[in-house]
Amino acid sequence: MEDLAHINEICAQFDCDPANLIAIMQEIQAADKYLSEQALTRVAENLHIGTAKVYSVATFYENFSLEPKGKHVIKVCAGTACHVRRSQPIYDAVHDYLGLAGRKKTSADGLFTLETVACLGACGLAPVMTVDGEVHAKMTPEAALALLEEIRAKEERAV
Amino acid sequence: MAKGIMYIDGQRVPFDGEKNVLAVIRKAGIDMPTFCYYSELSVYGACRMCVVEDEKGKIDASCSMEPRDGMRIRTNTARLLKHRRMILELMLSSHDRDCTTCEKSGECRLQELALRFGVRHVRFADTRPRYEKDDSSPAVVRDPNKCILCGDCIRVCEEMQGMGILNFAYRGSDLVVCPAFDRKLNETACISCGQCAAACPTGAITIYNEIGRAWRALHDAKKRVVVQIAPAVRVAVGEAFGLPAGVNALDKLVAALKMMGADEVYDTTFGADLTVMEESAEFLERLKKGGPFPMFTSCCPAWVKYVEEEAPQFLKNISSCKSPMEMFAAVLKDRCARQDAEDGRTTYHIAVMPCTAKKMEAQRPEFRHEGVPDVDLVLTTREVINMIKESGIRFSELEGESPDMPFGMGTGAATIFGTTGGVAEAVARRVVEDKSKNTLQAIQFSGLRGSEAIRTVTLPFGDRALRIAVVHGLVNAQKLLQEIREGQAYFDLVEVMTCKTGCVGGAGQPYGLLPVKNRRAEGLYEADRSALIKRSEKNPIVAELLEGELKDRTHELLHVTYSPHPVKE
Repeated sequence: MEDLAHINEICAQFDCDPANLIAIMQEIQAADKYLSEQALTRVAENLHIGTAKVYSVATFYENFSLEPKGKHVIKVCAGTACHVRRSQPIYDAVHDYLGLAGRKKTSADGLFTLETVACLGACGLAPVMTVDGEVHAKMTPEAALALLEEIRAKEERAV
Repeated sequence: MAKGIMYIDGQRVPFDGEKNVLAVIRKAGIDMPTFCYYSELSVYGACRMCVVEDEKGKIDASCSMEPRDGMRIRTNTARLLKHRRMILELMLSSHDRDCTTCEKSGECRLQELALRFGVRHVRFADTRPRYEKDDSSPAVVRDPNKCILCGDCIRVCEEMQGMGILNFAYRGSDLVVCPAFDRKLNETACISCGQCAAACPTGAITIYNEIGRAWRALHDAKKRVVVQIAPAVRVAVGEAFGLPAGVNALDKLVAALKMMGADEVYDTTFGADLTVMEESAEFLERLKKGGPFPMFTSCCPAWVKYVEEEAPQFLKNISSCKSPMEMFAAVLKDRCARQDAEDGRTTYHIAVMPCTAKKMEAQRPEFRHEGVPDVDLVLTTREVINMIKESGIRFSELEGESPDMPFGMGTGAATIFGTTGGVAEAVARRVVEDKSKNTLQAIQFSGLRGSEAIRTVTLPFGDRALRIAVVHGLVNAQKLLQEIREGQAYFDLVEVMTCKTGCVGGAGQPYGLLPVKNRRAEGLYEADRSALIKRSEKNPIVAELLEGELKDRTHELLHVTYSPHPVKE
């Protein structure tokens, strides 16, 4: 059982008001990097609403993550400019490389999480992707995979 | 509330306080189709079947429009009919259409409306993923592949029962109705009340069907099949065979069950009389000892499960009495054990119930003896109706037959157990000291009867007064619990029924709206009026049993201790 004291604190900060559910979950995600089952269950108890309702809101928004994120977060831009400059094949390549399926966004080894982002405002450099916040311009599927291989190799050396 | 005149399809229709245009349209005699509208629940406006067109050609959902004086709307323009057909076609396109073998076939609103609007062809392919069926609950089966996302189940569970077990998850084309974290129902705090299934317009949520098990037992020569019939069943079973709601068809049901192969058919009211005797004794004992108060009734298994899991601090307040069904079964199985030893047959006990939570109750470990449940099988009213239809019995033409003796006799007090306020009234009849006819009438008109969500009554009792509360709809019971917890309310006795209107409105009954349920309740009160014996202590068989074979054994056979078991993590 993980420590849920900070969950209670966050709920109290927002007066345990169901109207603040989204803000509460954002705070929890900022602290824990994701929303665990225990955390959401505790939120439901504190706010006196059904767990199913909390789960409903948490799954509605793309930005809430119900699984722990990987060590490195990859975001492939899906904005208009990147899309027309073929960002989807980049996403697909990374997706397959990480062995993701269904709703899973994090690789089994916990190293990478793959997400999309609507626009980074770097349309002149399209298609772009970010790794841990660092922007990589004019990507191709091959370049993206090479980048991931590189990170993985670095991680393996560190072990 | 607004008052005025509306023009619906050119027809002048006065309105006075109707909540929305849809209600006015229905009052005008137009059967406006809906999937997501229940007058008892909040307005959701999702299905768009009830769309109407105003003079300017603007289309909007009538469930979400307030009636205005002078409003002119049309309900059946070419555009509206086209819209409705399109909505149906789109719903059907992402619907598992194995209609012929569907549990809901014949009673499905989607099927009914598709027929009514002549949808004969679906042009779109189903692109939704296949979902796994969830039959983990003893009462409720979920099949998301048949869900049309109307949200009725969600609102029933939250607004009527205060449970909030189900909700939408994900969004867009991934939207699905499920418990939190995609859990199975038996991993949630679901109380098996089944009201989600009663509200579901399609086969997405249905009640666990055990007809096959019933037939196997009935056709097994080695089994003595003994049936008990709950009070609320008798006033609803006829609805499926053209009898009006509220008509007492107990005798016909007994005859039908005998024709289907039941060896003995009894009346649960006998068990209810036992409950009144035991519960009253316990209540008087608590009055003498000074608590714990309030004493909560224990007849409703969904309520008991709720307290166990969500309000365990009140477990000591729940009466230690088993429910009438389980009291009946314990006494029956005890007696039949001797008979079984003599003739080598096994007694198989079927309870016909208006309730789906009874399926859950029958499986509880507290109600098993040496591994065998006292009630082997619970059939809902609807399951029995299906079996009668399968047998080809013309129910409405049947000549009635009385239940068997000795357990076929119950008093009027026991009969009204099937509606909200009945248990409290029966206990009141038993405990008041003055047994004159006037007192009976005073109790009847004291306010225990009625339809308000929470009713409170004060009855004179010796040198003090009895504070009694009656509550139906679990969300209302939760409110009352909160008041009691905070010390704002004090009661000596509280009757709780999880389902609105009590057992007559149970989820095992034929599908029906509030007026139908109220007529069933009236039918029970009528049966009470014409009953020869009105008070449980006057039931000669019960009195004889309590003095005879049950003497010194009431604790073992008629009482139970529930222990808290919070929801599985």
